[in-house]
Amino acid sequence: MFIAFIAAVGRLSIFTAMGMKHCVRPPIYLDLLIRQMISIGYYSLPVVGLTALFTGMVLALQIYSGSSRFNAEGAVATIVVIGITRELGPVLAGLMVAGRVGAAMAAEIGTMRVTEQIDALTTLSTNPFKYLVVPRLIAGATMLPILVFIGDIIGVFGGYLIGTTKLDFNSSTYLKNTFDFLEISDVVSGLVKAAAFGFIVSLMGCYHGYHSRGGAQGVGRATTNAVVSASILILASDYIITELFFSK
Amino acid sequence: MTTTPLIQIRDVHKSFGNKRVLNGVNLDMASGESVVVIGGSGTGKSVLLKCILGLLTPESGSIRVDGVETINMPDIGREVTLQRFGMLFQGAALFDSLTVWENVAFALIQGRKMRKQEAKSIALTKLAQVGLGPDVGELNPSALSGGMQKRVALARAIATDPEILFFDEPTTGLDPIMGDVINDLIVKCTRELGITALSITHDMASARKIADRIAMIHNGRIIWQGPVHSIDTVDNEHVHQFVRGLADGPIKMDVLAP
Ligand SMILES: Nc1ncnc2c1ncn2[C@@H]1O[C@H](COP(=O)(O)OP(=O)(O)OP(=O)(O)O)[C@@H](O)[C@H]1O
Ligand SMILES: [Mg+2]
Repeated sequence: MFIAFIAAVGRLSIFTAMGMKHCVRPPIYLDLLIRQMISIGYYSLPVVGLTALFTGMVLALQIYSGSSRFNAEGAVATIVVIGITRELGPVLAGLMVAGRVGAAMAAEIGTMRVTEQIDALTTLSTNPFKYLVVPRLIAGATMLPILVFIGDIIGVFGGYLIGTTKLDFNSSTYLKNTFDFLEISDVVSGLVKAAAFGFIVSLMGCYHGYHSRGGAQGVGRATTNAVVSASILILASDYIITELFFSK
Repeated sequence: MTTTPLIQIRDVHKSFGNKRVLNGVNLDMASGESVVVIGGSGTGKSVLLKCILGLLTPESGSIRVDGVETINMPDIGREVTLQRFGMLFQGAALFDSLTVWENVAFALIQGRKMRKQEAKSIALTKLAQVGLGPDVGELNPSALSGGMQKRVALARAIATDPEILFFDEPTTGLDPIMGDVINDLIVKCTRELGITALSITHDMASARKIADRIAMIHNGRIIWQGPVHSIDTVDNEHVHQFVRGLADGPIKMDVLAP
């Protein structure tokens, strides 16, 4: 059990190292990279946007009911924007993309593995890492920050919507409170998280797909493992990155 | 055969877990020769091809191509070596994200950096050689029958005109007429174009037609090999049983129900 765990960590480390190595070595397949960027970035936009919108709205309500207990309602706008940019934006987007994109990657690459398409790539003098893994890793790590940035804006807008319609905030005071206390580092730390989460989602999708075996059942298992492990790694690395950016 | 063989396989062992599949395989192939490997289902024929291509790594033994050891070869050397090979997989292994002609042209476009139009016209020629028209070229592989997929995979294997071709059951799943067309194509590759071919087949008619030499694998070893015309006169009981397709003989099939 313990040995199996160590072996799995070893395999994953080798896989990650191989993936990174091929990321910086030509050739890079630009057309495949663009296709992955569209599939991860563009097609995840509705999911991430809706998640952010509802999160912003709920956050405004909850923080209002909490802060009104000690007459600090004025803090609602500030806490909403900090909560979204630093934490909820990247984490929820990462989890949603893990379900949407990570699963699809594991299923596609896993099917290619069990039907010998990955072997065929090798015999056609194409490196499977360059062809399959690298475009997904790069697209994941670059598109998630963009998604999260858009999600941040939508989330803040969700809070603003509730703040001004339901909680009787004045529109300009709400916006003023939102931006006056927001620091660049809040947004940046969120985007750094997003890049890491995007990398994790792609890495887990590719890794579990690449090492899948045993027909349709094996591909199903790879898909589940990709989503579960990506989600757990996102939450764990979220803590680590927060700790790194944290200052008292 | 006094010169060094193009492919030299020595004492190759390969197991999966505690299941021994290859148990000391020896085989030589001269340049331009067509060798057919026969043997029962599950005896490791496909595994042998994958070991030679480096898709599987044997535990021990030596596989040399042109005198160069290929087991545990570094990536760069492997890529250069593989450019000399074409492989038809038993299950076709077509890329389902690409159309049929893009599959055939894959190595030309990705490997040789050929322009798309040029690669497409070569792909269509190769498809025509396996009896598939240009309209099929635009389809997705999943829209083809099993036999058609096999022929597309064959066209893909020969698209770059490689020096060495591996065919894993090229005629399985084809009707007898199309099977013979494919046999003729393989014969043309080896006799006219001088390509070295290693084929696996269960189809003795096909083996007789395409082989210069036949090797039989059993219990993880090559138990017999010889020129194709000696196949009917050989006094090896295993070969005799296999060639005739007899249920009675030294090879016992694991049929558990009565
Ligand atoms: N990746 C693998 N993992 C575990 N076992 C394997 C693997 N590949 C092949 N085997 C085992 O190796 C043995 C030989 O398989 P192989 O595919 O080479 O058979 P074959 O001779 O090509 O048979 P057939 O004529 O039916 O295609 C089989 O018993 C199979 O179970
Ligand atoms: Mg086989």
